[in-house]
Amino acid sequence: MGILIIAEHDNHILSESVLPVVSAATQLGKDITILVAGQDCHKVAEQAASINGITRVWLAEAEHYQHQLAEELAPLIVDQVAKGINHVMAPSSTFGKDLMPRVAAMLNVEQLSDITVIVSEDTFVRPTYAGNVMATVKCEGPVKVITVRTTAFEPVNVRDSAAEIISINAAPKLGVSEFVEGIVTESDRPDLNTARVVISGGRGLGDAESFKLLEKIADQLGAAIGASRAAVDAGYISNDHQVGQTGRVVAPELYIAVGISGAIQHLAGMKDSKVIVAINKDPEAPIFEIADYGLVADLFQVLPELSDALSK
Amino acid sequence: MKILVPVKRTIDANIHVRIKSDGTGVEQENVKMGINPFCEIAVEAALQMKEAGAVEEVIVVTVGQNVCEDVLRHGLAMGADRGILMETDQSLQPLGIARVLEYVIKKESPQLVIAGKQSIDSDNNQTGQMLAALLGWPQGTFASKIEITLDHVKVTREVDKGLRTLSLQLPAVVTTDLRLNEPRYLSLPNIMKARKKPIDIINASELEINIIPQLKTLKLEYPPKRNGGVRLASVEDLVDKLRNEARVI
Ligand SMILES: Cc1cc2nc3c(=O)[nH]c(=O)nc-3n(C[C@H](O)[C@H](O)[C@H](O)COP(=O)(O)OP(=O)(O)OC[C@H]3O[C@@H](n4cnc5c(N)ncnc54)[C@H](O)[C@@H]3O)c2cc1C
Ligand SMILES: Nc1ncnc2c1ncn2[C@@H]1O[C@H](COP(=O)(O)O)[C@@H](O)[C@H]1O
Repeated sequence: MGILIIAEHDNHILSESVLPVVSAATQLGKDITILVAGQDCHKVAEQAASINGITRVWLAEAEHYQHQLAEELAPLIVDQVAKGINHVMAPSSTFGKDLMPRVAAMLNVEQLSDITVIVSEDTFVRPTYAGNVMATVKCEGPVKVITVRTTAFEPVNVRDSAAEIISINAAPKLGVSEFVEGIVTESDRPDLNTARVVISGGRGLGDAESFKLLEKIADQLGAAIGASRAAVDAGYISNDHQVGQTGRVVAPELYIAVGISGAIQHLAGMKDSKVIVAINKDPEAPIFEIADYGLVADLFQVLPELSDALSK
Repeated sequence: MKILVPVKRTIDANIHVRIKSDGTGVEQENVKMGINPFCEIAVEAALQMKEAGAVEEVIVVTVGQNVCEDVLRHGLAMGADRGILMETDQSLQPLGIARVLEYVIKKESPQLVIAGKQSIDSDNNQTGQMLAALLGWPQGTFASKIEITLDHVKVTREVDKGLRTLSLQLPAVVTTDLRLNEPRYLSLPNIMKARKKPIDIINASELEINIIPQLKTLKLEYPPKRNGGVRLASVEDLVDKLRNEARVI
């Protein structure tokens, strides 16, 4: 009755996205294995081994796992499922979304995306229609292949002792895809997914230069910066900041939406935030319908004032 | 080279969906339907490659009831050459759809499949990856740039922490992200022309393909409603509330 969690990492650091997935897994059972597949990634396995609640770590090292390509990882995972795995889980990050449907199809089962609640070992709740309809779904396939919405589960802690790390054999290289290059957005700010505070800008900011007003406040609050699709499309900020149905999903303690109208696709990515602030000059903007605190005002006046008030 | 584009019929992105009173699904009667936005981007991408001279034929395919023919016509009006309707009344799930698409691909032998990354109704983000798995092809998901050469396709993918570029051997499956392109508008003459373009209709339920659903929807419900709070008069008020009432800063 095993649960297998696929770790997301860069061969050096284990992604924090694994912690809420382990939390979800502990609701399903006790025998929890984390699979770390990569190249020279023993350090990542050690980090995984110290997560609370897990039983063991499987470590598969090979050159063709260096870039975590779905084509190479999927057969490896399918091989492991034969060892008595009932649930295969990963975060619903772009990594998990890319990989898990491929695994499910190879196992001849449907996959469940983005689960937010575990009802029983085969029944889960997941958002559909941009989070406007929550579906309770029973999964009748022999193996449940699941991606977990990380904001919906409280991350587990890390402990002092460590679980056993077991090396496993790599699957043969497929070699149909090749990594060419990666552009990682470097930032000193907290990660969007785990930040306690997120401040997001929309089309109302008008240009990339105006995002500097947000950056200043983000630095004062220790916040991550998000954006609406309109702001990303207009080139004010890079794509990995997009919050929404088809972007990142966040649920921080505080979400500040500046110059964002509140389209359903945007709300899908932030409406589970604990406290929502909206700053918009249009009193009719839909964002006010879900904001705890609304300020009907011109953002170009408000943001400098807010920065001053915060430094007091 | 041939490109195949799977397209799905979904509720329009601007509609606030309502759950049917018996809870079995969402209201679709008198609701505006259309081509899934990511599929429209996929058709546009295929057409741009055709216009650049790298591709001879663009085929649009949909799996569903006969009413889905309208999204094929949409693709044809954009400029696709022909359509295939894999007709079935069965409620479909991504693996079942991928199996039906696999059948079409084995028949048509395209070099490239461009699907949407996600359907905006079920929000699965699965079908393209599953199809690639069934075919044993490489996959380039969440593409914001596609460059095709003789035997490879280079795909720049939008990932959580930036961009990643992969080179895939053809044949391959690519799924589209929003910033890949801006789909063209349909002109009236092209809508008229599309009426004469061929659509093959194949009864998918009669083929020996396993499309039996494995997922059972037990319940649909609205998420807890979030009520709007207060409007504040000034920035001082806001900072005061955040510090002393909500205690989040
Ligand atoms: C398939 C699909 C997927 C999508 N996915 C996403 C997604 O993941 N995330 C997302 O965000 N969107 C998504 N969208 C787009 C979404 O529908 C909206 O178009 C988008 O969210 C609008 O962004 P915005 O609020 O910044 O722009 P707008 O709607 O143009 O709003 C700008 C706001 O700024 C205010 N404003 C202007 N000037 C000022 C000023 N000086 N001071 C104060 N306020 C000002 C205006 O009153 C207005 O309310 C998607 C759409 C589709 C079709
Ligand atoms: N019924 C269908 N017919 C044809 N293509 C589909 C169908 N359902 C999904 N697809 C394709 O798969 C993509 C992703 O859908 P999904 O996995 O449902 O999020 C869509 O954008 C389409 O390209």
